[in-house]
Amino acid sequence: MTDKIAVTLRVNARDYRIEVEPRRTLADAIRTDCGLTGTHLGCEHGVCGACTVIVDGHAVRSCLMFAVQAEGSHIRTVEGLADGERLSPVQQAFHDHHALQCGFCTPGFLMLATAILEDNPRIGADDLRHALASNLCRCTGYHNIVIAVQAAAEKMR
Amino acid sequence: MSEPVIGQRIRRVEDRPLLTGRGRFAADIDHPGQLHMRIVRSAVAHGHVRAIDAVAAKRLPGVVTVWTGTDVADVPPISFRMMRISGLEPFRQPILAQGIVRYVGEPIAVVFADDPYVAEDAEDLVTADIEPLAPYLDPTLEPPPFAPGLVAEAAVVRKEYGDLAAAFGGGARVLELGLAIARQSGVPIETRGALAHIDSSGVLRFEGAAKVPHQNQRALATMLGLALDRIHLHEGHVGGGFGIRGEIYPEDVLVCLGALRLNRPIKWIEDRREHLIAANQSRGQRHRVRVAFDERGFIRGLDAEFWVEQGGYIRSHGVTVIDLTAAMMPGPYVIPAFRAIGHVRLTNKTPAGTYRAPGRFEGSFVRERAIDAIAAALKLDPIEVRRVNLIGPERMPFKRGLDTLGTEIVYDSGNYPAFMDKALATFRLPDLKRSLAERRASGEMVGLGLGFFVEKSGLGPSDKVKMSLTPDGTIEVVCGSASLGQGIDTVLSQIAAEKLNVPIAAFRVRHGQTDLIDEGLGAYASRVTVMTGSAVSLAAPALAKKICAAAAPLLQRRPDELALVDGRIGQADNPAGPDITLAELARTLAAPLEVEARFESSHMSYPYGLHAAVVRIDAETGAVAIERFFVAYDVGRAVNPTLVEGQLVGGAAQGIGGALYEAFVWDDAGQPLAASFVDYLVPTALEIPPIETLVLEDAPSPINPLGVKGAGEGGISAAGAAIASAVDDALGNPGAITRLPIRPDDVRRHLRGR
Repeated sequence: MTDKIAVTLRVNARDYRIEVEPRRTLADAIRTDCGLTGTHLGCEHGVCGACTVIVDGHAVRSCLMFAVQAEGSHIRTVEGLADGERLSPVQQAFHDHHALQCGFCTPGFLMLATAILEDNPRIGADDLRHALASNLCRCTGYHNIVIAVQAAAEKMR
Repeated sequence: MSEPVIGQRIRRVEDRPLLTGRGRFAADIDHPGQLHMRIVRSAVAHGHVRAIDAVAAKRLPGVVTVWTGTDVADVPPISFRMMRISGLEPFRQPILAQGIVRYVGEPIAVVFADDPYVAEDAEDLVTADIEPLAPYLDPTLEPPPFAPGLVAEAAVVRKEYGDLAAAFGGGARVLELGLAIARQSGVPIETRGALAHIDSSGVLRFEGAAKVPHQNQRALATMLGLALDRIHLHEGHVGGGFGIRGEIYPEDVLVCLGALRLNRPIKWIEDRREHLIAANQSRGQRHRVRVAFDERGFIRGLDAEFWVEQGGYIRSHGVTVIDLTAAMMPGPYVIPAFRAIGHVRLTNKTPAGTYRAPGRFEGSFVRERAIDAIAAALKLDPIEVRRVNLIGPERMPFKRGLDTLGTEIVYDSGNYPAFMDKALATFRLPDLKRSLAERRASGEMVGLGLGFFVEKSGLGPSDKVKMSLTPDGTIEVVCGSASLGQGIDTVLSQIAAEKLNVPIAAFRVRHGQTDLIDEGLGAYASRVTVMTGSAVSLAAPALAKKICAAAAPLLQRRPDELALVDGRIGQADNPAGPDITLAELARTLAAPLEVEARFESSHMSYPYGLHAAVVRIDAETGAVAIERFFVAYDVGRAVNPTLVEGQLVGGAAQGIGGALYEAFVWDDAGQPLAASFVDYLVPTALEIPPIETLVLEDAPSPINPLGVKGAGEGGISAAGAAIASAVDDALGNPGAITRLPIRPDDVRRHLRGR
């Protein structure tokens, strides 16, 4: 164990002053130290993407980043997607198109899809499927996720 | 009368918290003062535990204690929830190894610490002196001793009917096949998790329950010596089940024991490596099958022997998978004589349990490979050979002559030939076959294959629900079922809404809480819509009657003059007359209006389906790509077609994984080689094409009031069979594929042999 370091994480436009060991992952810091448990951990080795958050506009695996590395960055998590009771276009499309079953991978997919569409709402079908293959889902067979993200893209154009 | 609700594509009522990050999965729960538990696992597949040294671990600041086998020797091993046959007891798993380890990943010690990182540091500091023994890894080899007086074959399951000798004699043609299915499992994206704490009234509360909370409440109470009212199980959000989740594992008992002995809340969250070496695996079967048939391709007899890699112990499922493999193998075909003999062998691998469509994924692969082999031998169309063998509609209900899971197998309804015609026509498979032949002629390696299967669903014997009008006007439906993500809140609400004639928003479904209802069998075997749904449909009229009786004095009418219409109580024959809303009525009540109903069934219902796959082989790499995948399924009645399709598509994706990618592999020392997502290949959006579905309601079940059959497993059942057949077709080599998954090196071997 090593000494803790004071870090300020900016998550969903709010500052969290926390003290963490240098080895603490960003995912654990978001979940435990910031109390934002919507970001999930499915493998902790960077494959499943359940822990995907948006850091400075990029979708990243928060299990592969240390909390101390995120100081000064703008982090967005699933808790920041909806505007009050109003779901974001991607959230709404997941609901409309039955793109979730157990919902465990969902926050990661929502953040991945949000980052993809904010970068390019006109992304082609093949590129979109390729990008969505970053994350794993074990319930849906992916098709409804692809359909939902395409539907959200229409709205975001 | 208002609009029908059953059969509508209603959007799910459970989505919002899951979309907004407000889910409550096991890892999201914390209790003040909690300790984190970490398991120390065996690094040796088979051996005698000489000593475990935890001194350094115990000295680490933040570590409260470390236990080894001797500290928990008074706790009995984990017993069987299902298919307990005599003689299995000595093969049960202790919660920590008792002097001998039987697989890599077996719990040998447990650390309790005040921080999860520290608990993991301490795990690294525990050292074990284990004297290795030769591992037993191939279940087709003679089983070695397991313990004094016992060999590593726990049981031989035998199912048979008809005159096999006659079937194989008298000029029958005979084929023999050797087939194998690798070890695979459900691998949900949420790993396992369990929390236990003692509440202010001294009750042990277990969170992280899933699938079968009531059954596990009883089992844990027995193991821990607690009265039933001193332990309650609670299900939160659950990140996928697929068979493995919710069974009792050593870790579940250890968190309870930790809470009881250390008087602190205990939290345990599994990591992915642990999940891939310690949670139940499944499949892992080798089959040798002989089939006797005549010149039309009619199967006169099927004689199968199979060997199952059970792993180090028999877990909570007993011999469920072996029983189902044997009993469901004949599937949709007449097959007048049949025998299956399954050997349950305790290999030094991770113990096995169920995985979605247990025994049917394997058995369908075997049976459909046999049908394809017959077609190839006779140079007949495989579809025509299936047609010759299908059980005709005039024979329904059809007594299979076998039993499974303690029930007699009676196919309750179906028209298999008509179903096949409908599926072939809807998916335009004859056209597809022609176009694939053209593509093959121009040099592409493409092929089509299919598999027909019978599923089972709605395992009884009973389900109870409580339904009540609560003071805020909500109608609460309490059941002992569980949600693994399949959408039961929506489905049960739809059934209740239609039967009560109240808008769906009025309902709140509660499940998985042992302190809310005293019984419940849970969610497995595609049973919830059938069993719990039927109980809901019986409770609704009883509650409607009570509601009308309570409203009668307020509306100055007799109860029998009143009815519920769209959530309001009024005169049945006078829409303009006085009425009252449920919420208004609820406010006048001193206590909630409550009813109970129970649905009982001694037989399962048997949905059926057809899978078809179009594959393309890359001649250079041997990689198989699925171009199209079709699932046709008769579900009896679809309460919510969108959710049924969701089940079928999700199941098919897992089936494609099982056919092409997923395998737990071990080296010669019994070391697991697929202990991460880099090595255990769960398919992504790139491997799974859009799955094309056809949901039919042509054969409602006659044995429940809704006519429903289960949808949970039909997406996966014959996926391996269909894909193997399609790869054969693409290779132009019938019978080439004999094992799942079909790896590129297998395909390349066949390409070289062409």
